[in-house]
Amino acid sequence: MIRKFIEKFTTHAILIFVSLLSIFPFIWLISTSLKGNSENIFAYPPQIIPADFTWANYSGVWDKVDFIRYFVNSMVVAGGTVLLNLVLSAMAGYPLARMEFKGKKITFFAILATIMIPFQAIMLPVYLITLKLHLVDSVNDIAGFIGLIMPFAVSAFGIFLMRQAFLGIPKEMEEAAIVDGCNVFQVFTKVLIPMVKPSLAVLAIFTFIGSWGEFLWPSIVLTKETMYTLPVGVNNLQGMFSSNWRFIAAGSILSTIPILIFFLAMQRYFISGENEGAVKG
Amino acid sequence: MFKYYGKYAPYLFLLPAGVVLLIFFFIPFFQTFGLSFFDYSSSIYNPQFIGWQNYTKLFHSAIFYKVLWNTFIYLFVAVPILAIFPLFLAILINQKIRGVTLYKILIYLPVIVSIVVAAIAFKWLYADQGILNYIVTSLGFKPIGWLTDPKYALYSVIIVTIWKGIGYYMIIYLAALMSVPKELYEACDIDGANFLTKHLTVTVPHIMPTIALVTTISAISAMKVFAEIYVMTKGGPLNSSKTIVYYIYERAFENLDLGFASAMAVVLLIIVMLFSLVNIFGFERNKYQI
Repeated sequence: MIRKFIEKFTTHAILIFVSLLSIFPFIWLISTSLKGNSENIFAYPPQIIPADFTWANYSGVWDKVDFIRYFVNSMVVAGGTVLLNLVLSAMAGYPLARMEFKGKKITFFAILATIMIPFQAIMLPVYLITLKLHLVDSVNDIAGFIGLIMPFAVSAFGIFLMRQAFLGIPKEMEEAAIVDGCNVFQVFTKVLIPMVKPSLAVLAIFTFIGSWGEFLWPSIVLTKETMYTLPVGVNNLQGMFSSNWRFIAAGSILSTIPILIFFLAMQRYFISGENEGAVKG
Repeated sequence: MFKYYGKYAPYLFLLPAGVVLLIFFFIPFFQTFGLSFFDYSSSIYNPQFIGWQNYTKLFHSAIFYKVLWNTFIYLFVAVPILAIFPLFLAILINQKIRGVTLYKILIYLPVIVSIVVAAIAFKWLYADQGILNYIVTSLGFKPIGWLTDPKYALYSVIIVTIWKGIGYYMIIYLAALMSVPKELYEACDIDGANFLTKHLTVTVPHIMPTIALVTTISAISAMKVFAEIYVMTKGGPLNSSKTIVYYIYERAFENLDLGFASAMAVVLLIIVMLFSLVNIFGFERNKYQI
């Protein structure tokens, strides 16, 4: 009995400690963001609870930085990336799961091979190609958005996920639809797609998170501040407010709110473990 | 099943994804090799074919070995911790205790937050007069230049990568733990085995494939780190925290030396592809059904 109690106590103690370590960097950032100018943010010993509590850093950074703009840009890029991934992955996954055709094996392994190619290793030619296609923000905003989206418009992960989903559907479904007079496109849109909605949801959520956090590619291609996505904009805070850590902290926290809401609303997809390995590295 | 689709239907369905993959994956893949044989440093608009010179330059440059070494330190430090510690957490969480969901949410939080925000948060912890140095000095040590001392900068950045990865790998382990038969644990309890023997004899052998999987995917992502370094140290001080991807970025987009950067990218490509081959054919066969 006592041994059981000690075991439970230790378990909780360790988990509480690790949970605190996981959120402490954010707590400390929030604490700093709420401290007024009369309070020394380098005070020893450090104060978690602000003595000179204020929202002024939030309104200050909000006035100087166009967060709404960054947010909208991130939404356009993440939304476009999700949409294209859903359509392209579903379309490509269907024949790979359900049709026999010449070159199927080669197609399959070619797609599998892209998993092994890290974006970081091919980003230079991707950049040159994007320039050649005029898909940069110096041409116009829409071109800029397309350039941000296209390199991530489809992934092998998505195609294989959808292929897997189509493989799980009984073939009688298609046969019945054909007998009823559907053609192949109607079979796809009216019969198969509604049946793979759970997989589409998983793909949408993980593509969204990946796209929302993407930093390397936008920081390479973006030239105009009005086109910044949230991660690029937040990184830029460091340059704008050099050592004003109150503003940098407030801006970082502000930028995190949308994804935090998204995560809490969708948490079962992330922590249930059913979709293991779904986030791109 | 009868063939209800036309001869061209499969290709039509594959076409859009195929075009995107061709333009943004396959062509750039081969171009990376191509670019590495050209010199862009004298004129970006008029590159000259120079054969293997970028490679000889690369293999004679001290920074290249420094960067490679840094990347391997990243692997040697981050990968074992990311393979073992999340497993330990998953075992703890995989019990009938209160607050499991809350623990999972809190520990997973760093995974979903933007790496840029995470790096800024840690930069603030690492500040010269920051909270970590308060702890260090109150323990009686001299303050540490977490990001400014070449001895520590790389490790300070590695800590961020580890901190951000723990929740992700913990969830992967949790899924794997569900497949371990409960009876085996009950047998251990009857034998009076302690925590360590119980898990070393039952859990670890059972989920060995998952441990191997986590090892390779964390190794692959350690090879690709960029944002942490860009936000926190820019590879400094004295190249002490510069890794492969940051070096590629710097040579290509700050020095506009695309050929040299591509030679470096080829090195990265080869290393990551080796890891990936092990991963796909060793541990993820089921996922792709090959």
